[in-house]
Order: sequence, then C-alpha cells, then structure tokens
Amino acid sequence: MASVPLESYLMLSAILFCIGVVGVMIKRNPIVIFMCVELMLNAVNLTFAAFSRYRDLGDASGQPLPSASHYVDGQIMIIFVMAVAAAEVAVGLGILVSIFRNRVSINVDEIDLMKG
Amino acid sequence: MNGQLILFALMATIAVVCALGVVILDNPVRSALCLVLVLFSVAVLFFTLHAVFVGAVQIIVYAGAIMVLFIFVIMLLNLGTGEVDKDRLALPKWAAYLGAAATLSVISAALVGVPQSYIHPRLADHLTGPDTIGMELFQANWLFPFEVISILLLVAAIGAVMLAKKRI
Repeated sequence: MASVPLESYLMLSAILFCIGVVGVMIKRNPIVIFMCVELMLNAVNLTFAAFSRYRDLGDASGQPLPSASHYVDGQIMIIFVMAVAAAEVAVGLGILVSIFRNRVSINVDEIDLMKG
Repeated sequence: MNGQLILFALMATIAVVCALGVVILDNPVRSALCLVLVLFSVAVLFFTLHAVFVGAVQIIVYAGAIMVLFIFVIMLLNLGTGEVDKDRLALPKWAAYLGAAATLSVISAALVGVPQSYIHPRLADHLTGPDTIGMELFQANWLFPFEVISILLLVAAIGAVMLAKKRI
C-alpha cells in the first residue's frame, strides 16, 4: 500500500502551527487570537493522529504484534486536547463578554489593567 | 500519484490557504468561516489516518459547537466590522514573521531526526471507531485522566456562567 509519508503530515501541521503563531502575535482582535489558538491546537492534533497511525508496533520482521493491535493513545490524547480547547473557549469568551460589558472596547492593546 | 496522495495534497492545500485566510482577513466573521474550512480539511485528514471517531468528533465538536460559540460571540459583541487601529502594535510585524519562520525551521530540522521505520505505516488497516476508543478510555489506563478532564469541563462551564453573569 503506497501511502502518504509521515513527514508530509508533520510538515503540514508545522506549517499550520506557525500560521497560528503569526496570527496570535499580529492580530489585535481577541476573538481572532482565540481562533489562531484553535488553529495551533488543531495542528498538534494532526501530529498526534499521524504518530498514532504510523507508530511502529511491529517486531523486527515488521509483523504487527497481536497484543498491540489497538494502540490508540494518540487519538485519546486528541480527545483530551479537544476537551481542553472547549473549556478554554468557554472561559475565554466569557471573559471577553464581561470585559466588553465593562469597557466597551476589547482591543487587546487597551486591556492593560494588569500591566505593572 | 495515487489517490491518497492526491487527497492529502488537496486537503493540505485547503488547510494552509484557509489558515492564511484566518490570519490575513480583517473581518472576524470571514476568519471564522475560513477556520471552519480548516477544521473540515483537518477532519478529512483524520479520516485518511484511520481516526474515524476523532474525525467525526472534530466535525461535531469543533466545526459545530465551538465555531457556533465563536460566531455567537462575534454577533453578540458586534465585532464584525474589522479592525480599526492596526498601527498600535507594540511589536513590529516582521518580528512575528521572523519568529514564526524560526519556529518552522526548528521543527523542520527536528523532522530530519524522525526514524525511518516511522515513515511507512505498519499498523493493520483497521479503522479506529468509537468502540476501540471507548474500551481504551474506560477500561485501560485512561480512566483517571478522563475523570480529571470531566471535572475540568465542569469547572469551565461554571466559570463561564459566573463570568458572563451581569451581577455576581
């Protein structure tokens, strides 16, 4: 079975991650910043899925081990990452709503109450 | 070129172009729609990696629930008008691009060290459905982390309600 090499998935997720990093650094709208964080989390999820699929479970001759036929740890980590992302979005958007209620503007340059 | 490579190239192109759209477009609603496309293409990539359940959860939870939350907050706060003052950046933009390029080059350099035995999949061609995930999650080593993450979700839900309430 000829398939896509692992490096392609890893490279794609690295590119997506770096696009997310740029977005977090240059955007001023906190909602778009959250979206870029989601983008980075998705890139990491893709890495998890790729490594989970391509994980070397065989013995020396390349035969899959019968006891290790259901190794899905990477995919379970994806589910945990999704749960953390959902929690983060819920709390973050709640914070945004409450900031907007108190200060009308939510430009991140103007939210500097905690600046020392 | 076989079918898998064509599908991967198509989905990777959609994902990268739409991810650039998330960053480049000024209107938050357009960014959100681009992000939906990214999430869908990543879900298709999950399917190509035989992670069927995770791909379905990606579509339902991410592209469904979380994006609805984003759009809802954009509409609620009336943010769909684009950014007004972009000249107040504390950091010059080229520094962000430079940092991201440095990160990408470091990751690419790390990819050289991936062992060659990982390049081709050796797993049997079975799809990972909900049954496999459920057995692993509830019977094997992942039960305690699962409980912890459920408590985290509960705390986050309560915290979001407390934050969004008018008067605490």
